[in-house]
Amino acid sequence: MGIRDNTELLGLYEGPDQAADAVGNLKEAGFEDNAIEVLSATPYPEGAFGEQTIKHRLFTFPFAGAACGLAIGLAWVIGAQVSLPIVTGGKPIVAFPAIIQILYEGTMLGAVLFTIIGVLFESRLPDGIGLYDERIADGYIGISVMTETERMQEARTVLNGAGAIDIISAEKSSPAAAPATSNA
Amino acid sequence: MQDPVTVDDRTVDRELLDFVMRTPRWFFGSTFALAVGLLAGVLVFLTMLNWGLQFLGYSSPVYWGFLIVNFVFWIGISHAGVMISAILRIVQAEWRRPVTRAAEIVTVFSLMTALMFPLIHSGRPWRTLYWAFPYDWIRGMWPNPRSPLVWDPSAIMTYLTSTILFVYIAMLPDLAIARDRATGPVRKTIYGILSLGFRGTSRQWRIQAVAGILLSALILPIFVSVHSIVSWDFAVTLVPGWHSTTFAPYFVIGAVHSGVSAVVMAMIIIRKIFHLQNYITADHIDSLTRLLIAVAATWFFFLMLDFFFGLYGTEPTEVDTWSRRILEGEWRYLAVIFALCSFIIPVPMWLFRGVRRSFFWMFVTTVLVNIGMWIERFMLIVPALERKSPLTFAYGDYTPSISEFILVLASFCMVTLGVLVFSKFLPLMPVADIKEGKIMKQEMKIGRADVPATIRE
Repeated sequence: MGIRDNTELLGLYEGPDQAADAVGNLKEAGFEDNAIEVLSATPYPEGAFGEQTIKHRLFTFPFAGAACGLAIGLAWVIGAQVSLPIVTGGKPIVAFPAIIQILYEGTMLGAVLFTIIGVLFESRLPDGIGLYDERIADGYIGISVMTETERMQEARTVLNGAGAIDIISAEKSSPAAAPATSNA
Repeated sequence: MQDPVTVDDRTVDRELLDFVMRTPRWFFGSTFALAVGLLAGVLVFLTMLNWGLQFLGYSSPVYWGFLIVNFVFWIGISHAGVMISAILRIVQAEWRRPVTRAAEIVTVFSLMTALMFPLIHSGRPWRTLYWAFPYDWIRGMWPNPRSPLVWDPSAIMTYLTSTILFVYIAMLPDLAIARDRATGPVRKTIYGILSLGFRGTSRQWRIQAVAGILLSALILPIFVSVHSIVSWDFAVTLVPGWHSTTFAPYFVIGAVHSGVSAVVMAMIIIRKIFHLQNYITADHIDSLTRLLIAVAATWFFFLMLDFFFGLYGTEPTEVDTWSRRILEGEWRYLAVIFALCSFIIPVPMWLFRGVRRSFFWMFVTTVLVNIGMWIERFMLIVPALERKSPLTFAYGDYTPSISEFILVLASFCMVTLGVLVFSKFLPLMPVADIKEGKIMKQEMKIGRADVPATIRE
């Protein structure tokens, strides 16, 4: 069954303790770690809700970017100097002491640009498919669970059991903050 | 440093987004006044395009006047913002939270303003394309990457691009909050697009935290390189008074001195006009001022280093330049004002706790520092050019024109207008970061004392 046929439920909780209970109960009921997501308007310490540790490769992006930036910088400065040779007092046409500044800036710019790409990639942004509720901005904590349609009622019971003040659902993927069915 | 934010989340949202969601009457008046100031500068610029650089009063041998002074000044201001933000993020200083956004925004707009001045100074701004970009290669026109005229744009564009992206990434959670709080469909749509659908998942928060540190670590070396390269615009020449090996660190630390002062000044103004007394406290200003004392002392060391080593060689042209800077004509009065404003008055005052925690005195002293540091750049650049040659027929004086004063005024209007308009669309304080500070802060008992403890990952 593809992910498009799944159902996503989002339970809203008033405090982190209830949200953590909900995550724990969902896991006990057999829902997979990667199907559960915690949504909050404030960053909580990692693992505060018992969610799985986030693995990422963000640290590799700046290295790749730096290498690309350096390569482009080298091609540009050497290409420019060879294409329009300016003879200066017997000094070499490609004079590294005078171009190292540009190579440095190119390297750093590449590193920053790739890091930004890495941030968006690792954050799964732009994100237009997940369930969301604006009450999360008021301080409520959302626990989202993606499940097969057959297990939807079970997931709803678990979320309610932990004290959800509201549960919203989407039969299939929908844009963030899009209208969704709601029942407590 | 550990003054907690005591209000609840809704109040934090309301207070920090108040100016974004509601427009007070003074906003229109201020924006109009600043726009008029900026427009005056634009008119001077357009007139200069028509008449050429002589309209500003430039003639041999002093071609680097107010425009380049202003360029160096605004580059300097732009440095402290990101430096403060980046260093405080890397060391995870808790008191950074209300400070970072405003500091970064001051950086962005002062850097944009700084970038204007070499373009204006070129007289024909569109021709700067020849210097920086290989756009006319079909006719064999290539830029010369060995020239500081290419180093400068590459460094500044790298810094500007990195800073804007750094600020944008850090702003994603606040854009999401603004999306949720916005009432009109237009605003909601714009904030929705800009926030990229940020929902605040654990993964997104985790990456935000890592990205903040990673980007900070990348931006700090860029920040050092930019002002170093600006200093090399001077140091790689043979002009007496400029040809110094210590110019790069001297410029960088000078930039930090004026920049941190500007951030303190901006924080005090922002606190007052946006009613952010709950968030910017005397503790924040006190902490920044302690940093300022160390920075000012280091800057003074480099100033003395430049001075003594300039004289130590007893090279006549170098000695003449220093003599002109501090002993001759009107320059001696400027030298006194410079010394008083940038060091002698403010730094001893900052040693007193009462001054460090007084918003009024800190505002006054940081304004003084920036006046002093603007004069420092003026004294650094112009006297050296007035006597650039041992041949007396090449001597020249420089008197700034009214047009140059208008351009300086316009630059201040541009930065202020930029920050003001930004604050109309996004909070000058990171809302999510402030809320995180509340969560992270706990108290632990040691003996009979309740000590603030901070939970970190």
